[in-house]
Amino acid sequence: MAVSDEIKKAVVILFAGDSGDGIQLAGSQFTTTAALYGNDISTFPNFPAEIRAPQGTLAGVSGFQLHFGSVKIYTPGDHCDVLVAMNAAALKANLKQLKEDSIIIVNTDGFDPKNLKLAKYNNGDNPLKNGSLEKYKIYEIDVTKLTRTCLADSGLGTKEMDRSKNMFVLGFIYWLYNRTLDNTLEFLHKKFKTRPDLIDANVKVLKAGYNFGDTTETFTSRYHVKPAVMEKGAYRNIMGNQATAIGLIAATQKAGVTLFYGSYPITPASDILHELSKHKNFGVKTFQAEDEIAAVTSAIGASFGGSLGITASSGPGIALKGEAIGLALMLELPLVICNVQRGGPSTGLPTKTEQSDLLQALYGRNGESPVPVIAATSPSDCFYMAYEACRIAIEHLTPVFFLSDGYIANGSEPWQFPKSSDLLPIKVNFAKEKSPDSTEKFLPYKRNEKMVRDWAIPGTKGLEHRIGGLEKENETGNVSYDPDNHELMVKIRSERIEKIADYIPLQKIDAGKESGKLLVIGWGSTYGAIKTAVKEAIDEGYSVSHIQIKYIHPFPKNIETLIKKFDQILIPEMNSGQLIKVIREKYLVDAKGFNKIKGMPFTASEIKNKLLELLSAS
Amino acid sequence: METKIETAELKLTAKDFVTDQDIRWCPGCGDYSILKQVQSVMPELGIPRENIVFISGIGCSSRFPYYMETFGMHSIHGRATAIASGLKATRPELSVWIVTGDGDSLSIGGNHLIHLLRRNFNVNILLFNNEIYGLTKGQYSPTSPQGKITKSTPVGSIDHPFNPLALCLGADATFVARSMDRDPVHLREMLRKADQHKGTSLLEIYQNCNVFNDGAFEIFTEKGSKKQETLFLEQGKPLLFGQNNEKGIQLDGLKPIVVEAASANNLWIHDVHDLSKAALLTRFFEGAETENHLPRPFGIFYETDRPCYEEVLQEQIEIAVNAKGKGNLDALLSGNNVWTIS
Repeated sequence: MAVSDEIKKAVVILFAGDSGDGIQLAGSQFTTTAALYGNDISTFPNFPAEIRAPQGTLAGVSGFQLHFGSVKIYTPGDHCDVLVAMNAAALKANLKQLKEDSIIIVNTDGFDPKNLKLAKYNNGDNPLKNGSLEKYKIYEIDVTKLTRTCLADSGLGTKEMDRSKNMFVLGFIYWLYNRTLDNTLEFLHKKFKTRPDLIDANVKVLKAGYNFGDTTETFTSRYHVKPAVMEKGAYRNIMGNQATAIGLIAATQKAGVTLFYGSYPITPASDILHELSKHKNFGVKTFQAEDEIAAVTSAIGASFGGSLGITASSGPGIALKGEAIGLALMLELPLVICNVQRGGPSTGLPTKTEQSDLLQALYGRNGESPVPVIAATSPSDCFYMAYEACRIAIEHLTPVFFLSDGYIANGSEPWQFPKSSDLLPIKVNFAKEKSPDSTEKFLPYKRNEKMVRDWAIPGTKGLEHRIGGLEKENETGNVSYDPDNHELMVKIRSERIEKIADYIPLQKIDAGKESGKLLVIGWGSTYGAIKTAVKEAIDEGYSVSHIQIKYIHPFPKNIETLIKKFDQILIPEMNSGQLIKVIREKYLVDAKGFNKIKGMPFTASEIKNKLLELLSAS
Repeated sequence: METKIETAELKLTAKDFVTDQDIRWCPGCGDYSILKQVQSVMPELGIPRENIVFISGIGCSSRFPYYMETFGMHSIHGRATAIASGLKATRPELSVWIVTGDGDSLSIGGNHLIHLLRRNFNVNILLFNNEIYGLTKGQYSPTSPQGKITKSTPVGSIDHPFNPLALCLGADATFVARSMDRDPVHLREMLRKADQHKGTSLLEIYQNCNVFNDGAFEIFTEKGSKKQETLFLEQGKPLLFGQNNEKGIQLDGLKPIVVEAASANNLWIHDVHDLSKAALLTRFFEGAETENHLPRPFGIFYETDRPCYEEVLQEQIEIAVNAKGKGNLDALLSGNNVWTIS
């Protein structure tokens, strides 16, 4: 039987198996290979909260979804073209993700009576045998057996052999999509540098998987996804948390200040700490604090000393940091707080994504305590918005919230990275030493035209002064209980932050015309799904536009004029309606919400259906 | 980066450390004496004023920085220790002083205190212990004796109190000492020693709250009982106390006992480097009513050398720079897997 080559514009593959099956590794290897080949790509890992949930169970299923194409890709894809299911649970958990003609590649060893029972198939009713999967193209491969046979002479134990199963599957997928093994071969040589036996084993199994496709006659088609037409330039692949870390380093390097990162491990923010601690040669100081409170307060201490104090966490940790963030805004010191949001409230859904901490960032402190809030829209955008958070913090001496979420933090995409010389300069304004003849008293809270004070750091002669969390007298910083002064200070703190609107970019329309029937307003990680949906609708002739708000407090100054040119406004959010409250309150518009609170990102088709519904009703 | 605290010949006096702010502690508060001793010791340390930072939390004692003409921060409850950690990690050359109370450091800030001690940042902690919550107007604190009648415990507190120095020694503090507000000479000496110690210096200062807990430490401070109830520790000297130092402490196995100094031939000689003996000294803590009552020790209980966090942190950076070269931002931006679309 001849194998034909079929051209595809875009493909979504979902690798799924036990969390110990090496699913994430296989997925990220395919990602890098596809990216190096020139495809546009977007990925989304989906893993359980437990490190090793019981094997074979639905709770233990780990997934890695990747969407690659010869066209622009904005999301990890709504539905899968290919599902790789390493066991019965992986199949069951992901079946609803499939389209009618999807390919399912199953490891038959994962469908023995024990696995079927763990996956809760009634009485061991095997989906591979009962005809329920008829509408899909099923390929049954006994990956376990083939891997073991391949490694029979390797001298490895069964457990160690089985760990290479993911390489068999990966090799096979490489064959199916006409990819070379080069990138993964190089990776394996690096990863197992000290264990040549494991290099040999993994390489052997990877090649066996590839050859299996070549030699067996089960498969009638191989697929070809050509490189995407992308802007000329140099690219790399980047994950959101990694981009955040690099953005923080880049900003402090450009500003010429030390980066101090106080942090307490928490899912899904810990990778920022891991990434930063690799870059000590940039003078980066990472501090794994005893708790979330020490993480933020140590960062405040560092900022007091003239470094940029940064802390990151997720919702529950941010809740603990609230009081300290209030202190930083009273002190008027720079501080960057990264919140990689996850499902809440309380411990909530640690490994699932949500946008439910926006109101916490805006209002979650005692007293009237305004803080700038900005949000990243994609994995690579985490770089730019983390950079912006640092710029605003340093140039306006204020705590700044940088919002990301589990979806973009763990997702990845190709990134046309900038040159360091192209990055905006960041101006640091340290207060200067007082001359010995000066009799003038130093005023720590004297502000310039931006309403920003000088950053007066210890070690500067003549600037000895005290700052604190108690209400202070304007300019002198002395403790003051004066009623008029308090009102003045509350207003100054608010105006100071509003003033930042003069120093951020105006809101751009991402797609569509400047006026029309419907404007879709998104913020944060909903960007890709909205972008895809709106683009399709525009192509189909609908009057719809899209803006993605990245600066949420303060808003860009043109938002009001912009949104008032549309008949209807739709605000999709992965929460029960938070940005919509702010927009309605601030601009008195009748915006409609579209909310998904499932711990999962929107699919483009969900948004498209919603906007078509609004357009057809009007 | 300079990690040493710079000292120089400076012609400063105690007055140079006084601010223009009115002091708002209650008349008669023990804090006045402590402030005065700190202001008089500062000029002796030879540290430029701009390189000194006082950081406090919340509570009566935490108003301290407002009265010191240095850099200062009056922060939030319990967190001065954590703020100081971040400051010291990034500015090792500064002389950092933490002013805290028993509620601030042992209750709400207990966690940060023990972690600061184990990390051994080179900072000084002045723990004003008055065994009461003063600023909130008189509730029992984590150092109040059991049974203490206060506004929140009208029939007596149930909490077993902390023994602060035993706690700090348990957290592997490298310098543990005790002094009191009513002994200025001793307090000044302890402040100097705290400054000289490289690593975290924990100085507990018994401080009288004359409004809410007057006389808590009376037996250690009043003429009639002081000699009988206190034991001043001096390096290399025997443990003696009493009206004319007629009593001494001797070890019976691991049990300290009081003996007549004149007839004893094996008195306990104080050695600040002996951790086991320091641990025993922190247990000289029972009230006067108990059997085998021992006098309360004052002075340096324990002192040892251990690398400071900020120094090792700086070393790791230097090692990374030597191994990989100074960070190159463009190399960081591009990463290791670049492809070009032309």
